Amino acid sequence: MLNKDLLGIKELSVEDINLILDTAAGFKDVLGRDIKKVPALRGKTAVNLFFEPSTRTRTSFELAAKRLSTDVINFSVPTSSVVKGESLIDTALTVQALGADFIIIRHSSAGVPHLLAKKLRASVINAGDGTNEHPTQALLDAFTIREKKGRIEGLDIALVGDIIHSRVAKSNIYGLTKLGANVRLIGPPTLIPREMEDFGVKVLHSMEEGLKNVDVVMMLRIQMERQGKGFFPSTEEYSKNWGLTQERLLLAKDDVIVMHPGPMNRGIEISSEIADGPRSVILEQVTNGLAVRMAVMYLLAGVKR
Amino acid sequence: MILIEKGHIIDPSQGIDGIGDVLIENGKIKEVNIQSKGQRAKSKEQGAESKSTPIHPYPSRGEGKGGGESLFPEPRVINAEGMFVIPGLIDMHVHLREPGFEYKETIKTGTAAAIRGGFTTVCCMPNTYPINDNASVTEFIIRKALEGLCTVLPIGAITKGQKGKELVEMGTMKDEGCIAFSDDGLPVMNSLIMRRALEYSKAFGLPIISHCEDLTLSEDGVMSEGLLSMTLGLRGIPAEAEQIMVFRDILLAELTRGKLHIAHVSTEGSVKLIRNAKKRGVNVTAETCPHYFSLTEDAVKNYDTNAKVNPPLRTKRDIEAIKEGLKDGTIDVIATDHAPHHRDEKLKEFDLAPPGISGLETALGLSMKLVDEGVLTISQLIEKMSLNPARILGLLTPHLSSLITGPKGTLAKGADADVTIIDTKKEVTVESSKFVSKGKNTPFDGWVLKGVPFMTISKARIYEWR
Repeated sequence: MLNKDLLGIKELSVEDINLILDTAAGFKDVLGRDIKKVPALRGKTAVNLFFEPSTRTRTSFELAAKRLSTDVINFSVPTSSVVKGESLIDTALTVQALGADFIIIRHSSAGVPHLLAKKLRASVINAGDGTNEHPTQALLDAFTIREKKGRIEGLDIALVGDIIHSRVAKSNIYGLTKLGANVRLIGPPTLIPREMEDFGVKVLHSMEEGLKNVDVVMMLRIQMERQGKGFFPSTEEYSKNWGLTQERLLLAKDDVIVMHPGPMNRGIEISSEIADGPRSVILEQVTNGLAVRMAVMYLLAGVKR
Repeated sequence: MILIEKGHIIDPSQGIDGIGDVLIENGKIKEVNIQSKGQRAKSKEQGAESKSTPIHPYPSRGEGKGGGESLFPEPRVINAEGMFVIPGLIDMHVHLREPGFEYKETIKTGTAAAIRGGFTTVCCMPNTYPINDNASVTEFIIRKALEGLCTVLPIGAITKGQKGKELVEMGTMKDEGCIAFSDDGLPVMNSLIMRRALEYSKAFGLPIISHCEDLTLSEDGVMSEGLLSMTLGLRGIPAEAEQIMVFRDILLAELTRGKLHIAHVSTEGSVKLIRNAKKRGVNVTAETCPHYFSLTEDAVKNYDTNAKVNPPLRTKRDIEAIKEGLKDGTIDVIATDHAPHHRDEKLKEFDLAPPGISGLETALGLSMKLVDEGVLTISQLIEKMSLNPARILGLLTPHLSSLITGPKGTLAKGADADVTIIDTKKEVTVESSKFVSKGKNTPFDGWVLKGVPFMTISKARIYEWR
């Protein structure tokens, strides 16, 4: 059963996930209409509380709220009182006192949404916390896969890249394994810790081996700053070994789909031909994100307190 | 004059474990009389279920002005039937935060918490502001400690500013009252400096206490590395970050024949390394803290910053190894690493909250569980919480300095009358809001502990709780 907050996929049951995905399908129809707005959550207020820079996720939440007729305020760190030394809790309480029903939070520290959820009456939606989770991204990814493949159960899905630092990967691992997919992780050993196999996934270090016969390839963004930290010696070497090229993609099933949460490093983790090619569903992911976030807000608003 | 009668006296220094009386006169132990031996203390039937009463950290009796007059003006007889009477506990690892962080704790509140926990001597780490890296800061602490409820013995920094570069003036600081040196919290990464510290400190016979952490390996970690850190998305610290430095320091102690004490042992690997070193005859001692044998990393599952501590809480396996190490003598001491913090500091992002547990008021109760579980006998426990710290710090003989008067960690005739009386049966529920310490940061809130101090006698004053 959903509670007032969406903190992570870890906390969701299969029924919860399916309910969100089914609801999102309804909202996707709305988004295809001429008039893309419904009055479902009129009079509600959502606050985007972003402690980390983000354009896509914040914009997506903002638009999702607006499509539901909810008022949205964007509260981002550089312009807020946080720079004046206000504590996280005080900031959140202030935002709640302004009448926020939803607090959509992104923060570089894991567990921040959990801390706020305990302190606030408002629904807290995790829009990415440190290297913990990014649940709405995983939900939109699941939605996209389900839409393209008609199912998730039994699919072979490869996640490629910087797994250890990726909250997107973490949420997807929880979500996709719960929904019955066979998940494999591909990347250098420095970016895939040995404990990951305990999540019920396969860990592989070779693209050639890992991409064989997969139904879905999900590429993750490589953070340039990892280079100096000894995770890999250079982006060139990374790209040579773990970049997604046309040649490598041929190892996958013919009807493979290629996903990326964005923003992409073209020519590093993914070649432009693939990103813009027929197997890519990257832009559809963005559209689906809107529907999924509408569904999440709509469902949380209906949770009895 | 004060007579504690019919108590179950435990004094490992003299091998005493029996029912008898303790006579105190002029702030010193006058006599210990044993009537019967080896009997387990029994509590009074009706007292067993009584609830805890509010705590007053202030003296109920005694004037204690010092200066040669009778320290206990009225003679008093204390019935200690069904209680353990032990030499006052000595905590060789606390943070009293003064000077500089008085909003977290002061010498006054910290020593009051110590008394509440049954401790009569605490050794305070140097990471104050300013850092205790020179004699004038030491002198300030010693002077402040006069208002402390228990004895305070300062630990000086190993290096100036705890920067790991230049040694402090160990000799001068010893003269002022320092009883050991440690760069706790900011370990000496430079092996050459650590070698010099172990060598140079030999001239003064004082131990070097090492907080073992390879900072380049632990980096920005905030909890134990493993499946759970991965699941929570928190940066992990591998056990090896501790073990690498434990091994380094053991090797350096072997090379220099210096006096090394390893602080807060938290991992199985460290226990093994220390056990082997002791077998080889290396001059090394070690401590652990109650949280390292009471809690696993699961305590941080809900991002509970009160369970954030450095070194981090580890696994069940590590707990078992630490208990084994306590049992076989590999680990000599149980210290608290009492690290009080303000509530606002702990009410933060897990990554940003400072590590540490306010430990003085739960240490004895948590450690008594080891006796219940059969890991230690009560004598062994008192050894680790009183006699061994006294041994390591050289407190068993009267000190030349006037700051530390008589022997501590023992009930031998002529020792300081530091005595703790433990109610063996009474159960108390930990309520952090009622802590005497300013630091309410504990992961043990709501735990039911058995074996709490009923009376602490320190600096010629009696503190009691009914």
